[in-house]
Amino acid sequence: MSLSAFAGGGRVNSRRKFLRDVLAFLVSGSAIGGVFQILPAKVLAKEAPRKGKWYGFGVSVDKCIGCTRCVEACKTETDVPREPFFTRTWVERYIIKRNGDAIVNTVETKPEGVPDSAADRSILRSFFVPKLCNQCADPPCVQVCPVGATFQTDDGVVLVNSKTCIGCRYCIQACPYGARYLHPRTHTADKCTFCYHRVSQNLLPACVEVCPTQARIFGDLNSVASPLARFRRMNKIHVLKPGLNTEPKVYYASLDGEVR
Amino acid sequence: MTNELYKSLYELLPQITGFIYPNEIEIHWGILVVVYPYLTGIVAGAFILASLVKVFNVKEVQPLYRLSLLTALSYLLVAPLPLLSHLGHPERSFEIFLTPQTSSAMAMFGFVYAWYLMAVLLLEIWFVYRTDLIHWAEGETGAMKWIHKGLALFSTDKSEGALAFDSKALKTITIVGIPSAFLLHGYVGFIFGSVKANPWWSSVLIPIVFLFSAIVSGVALVIFFYMVITPLTGGKINMKCVDKAVDFLFYAVIVDFSLEFVDFIHRIYQSEEEIKILSEMVMSKLFMSLVVIQVMLGMLLPLGIISITKIFKKRFSLNEDLRKMFYFISVLLIQFGIFSTRWNVVIGGQMFSKSFRGLTTYKMEFGGLEGLLYAFVLLLLPLVILAVLLKILPPWKEMREEGKGLNGETTGGLPAPGA
Ligand code: SF4
Ligand code: SF4
Repeated sequence: MSLSAFAGGGRVNSRRKFLRDVLAFLVSGSAIGGVFQILPAKVLAKEAPRKGKWYGFGVSVDKCIGCTRCVEACKTETDVPREPFFTRTWVERYIIKRNGDAIVNTVETKPEGVPDSAADRSILRSFFVPKLCNQCADPPCVQVCPVGATFQTDDGVVLVNSKTCIGCRYCIQACPYGARYLHPRTHTADKCTFCYHRVSQNLLPACVEVCPTQARIFGDLNSVASPLARFRRMNKIHVLKPGLNTEPKVYYASLDGEVR
Repeated sequence: MTNELYKSLYELLPQITGFIYPNEIEIHWGILVVVYPYLTGIVAGAFILASLVKVFNVKEVQPLYRLSLLTALSYLLVAPLPLLSHLGHPERSFEIFLTPQTSSAMAMFGFVYAWYLMAVLLLEIWFVYRTDLIHWAEGETGAMKWIHKGLALFSTDKSEGALAFDSKALKTITIVGIPSAFLLHGYVGFIFGSVKANPWWSSVLIPIVFLFSAIVSGVALVIFFYMVITPLTGGKINMKCVDKAVDFLFYAVIVDFSLEFVDFIHRIYQSEEEIKILSEMVMSKLFMSLVVIQVMLGMLLPLGIISITKIFKKRFSLNEDLRKMFYFISVLLIQFGIFSTRWNVVIGGQMFSKSFRGLTTYKMEFGGLEGLLYAFVLLLLPLVILAVLLKILPPWKEMREEGKGLNGETTGGLPAPGA
């Protein structure tokens, strides 16, 4: 079920480039007008630029203990409402039974939400999966935003400009990962920003900083020396919903096939 | 306000089944977004009915021509309101015109809408009514005279050349208008059909299904209006016209039904990973609105009723009142059916989690901008606008024209507006 995000890297890339060229030719040649010439570049995948930074995120599923400190830190850092209906990041808990059934829930930020499963013999395995905006290289939310309020920075982070967002919520519908919500106070779309305000000051995202087990890793994909690059070298990596071709930049190690 | 939102969301929590992503509890596109494609659908459908008369020269439905144009206009005027009201920041909506993101289907809304309103509907109506407006203004006094004069843009040319130009212009506009009507509603379908994250919406068939259901709803509504308005204004319903229009409606419903059926079969046959949760949703949360109202009451039953009038043609051609009643029931049922089609697409698409593991629930509010009451207002507003339009631009002449001779009714000359 889960496919490697990097299968046959080189060949895929050249094929993609070929397709893009063909499409660009067709579109520009069909005299639809200047507007549509912009489309191929936007619609097709954006690859990491050779120069500059290109941010990504790593999650080590094996290491996460479901303490939800990351969720708390995120809510505090970025003014996300305390209520459970709005969140930039959350932690899912999976319990896989011997008969193959999977029980999934979101770990509440209060500790009583986690029952003891060690004693239950019907359980095959259980684990936690932190989730956040996948900061796709080819983000559908950017594509659909009618006013360009959702945009991608040069370093690959998808942000929302709350001054121009009209609150139409098309981006929320377009996100396959449920990573977006409408902020109840600002009435604009909101989501994880990789803590852009911290990252641009050379600090780590709040969730990465507080994680006691280093289950969360942040870094520049273009830098060979970054912890993220090392994380990707040392682990078998998966991304979520690879079939949708959104090219997520949140990379999971030891991801279970049950996780969507 | 935020506290109310929290409260209503807490109330939803117990109704969630399975696992959904935490941001998915709130359904973001509510009743207003259901109303929007319903309204635009009527616009497109009514316009296509009008085009039948103009382009394909279907003489029998001539009495519906002007009525369909006015219906299309009154619904088009209201169509953007539900969208506007549901924005988090309606005051910024003009940004869609100023800084549209060309990659976004929704950004094209303003342009498609403006094109259709300005370049198609208003223009066509103006050319249709121009000579009448001049005529009416001549025989009137007071405010109405000035309204009609103004609407004719103070043109007074009734020469043969001008008339010839009018009819040529009309032909051209209609020919441009048909693809535009297709564009208008196909585009609304595209807004949904292109969301790849949502397997309930993401289908190339959606724009086409939207189109045909649009034709169905528009035609049914114009027939309904015709059957209600004609007796109210002292006219007699021209059954030849209604028969023909219902014929057309019948085939449109069949095409619409087949398309939806193909879509359904296709999903089941492909049986991708989301099929489990989708069928669970259809069988539990959407059973009433999809299976019962949309398919059984809104499609199969009216199809059956109309078929009966066709099969027992002889008996029904003798009893006009019975036929009328059958038609009347059918167009009403179809209207409910299409509204629930919109409901099932829009709301259904948000009830299942994109984790494919659970279902959330939509609780409609009564008051407030996203509530039922306001949706009702939006659904009734076109009727008010239509009433005003009928007063200013009465289509009675058209509506009775064919009735002449057939029902022994004569209307003789141009009736005064509002007659
Ligand atoms: S809600 Fe805001 S950010 Fe999202 S698509 Fe609409 S305008 Fe863009
Ligand atoms: S802080 Fe780290 S260990 Fe705790 S839930 Fe978050 S990712 Fe898992």
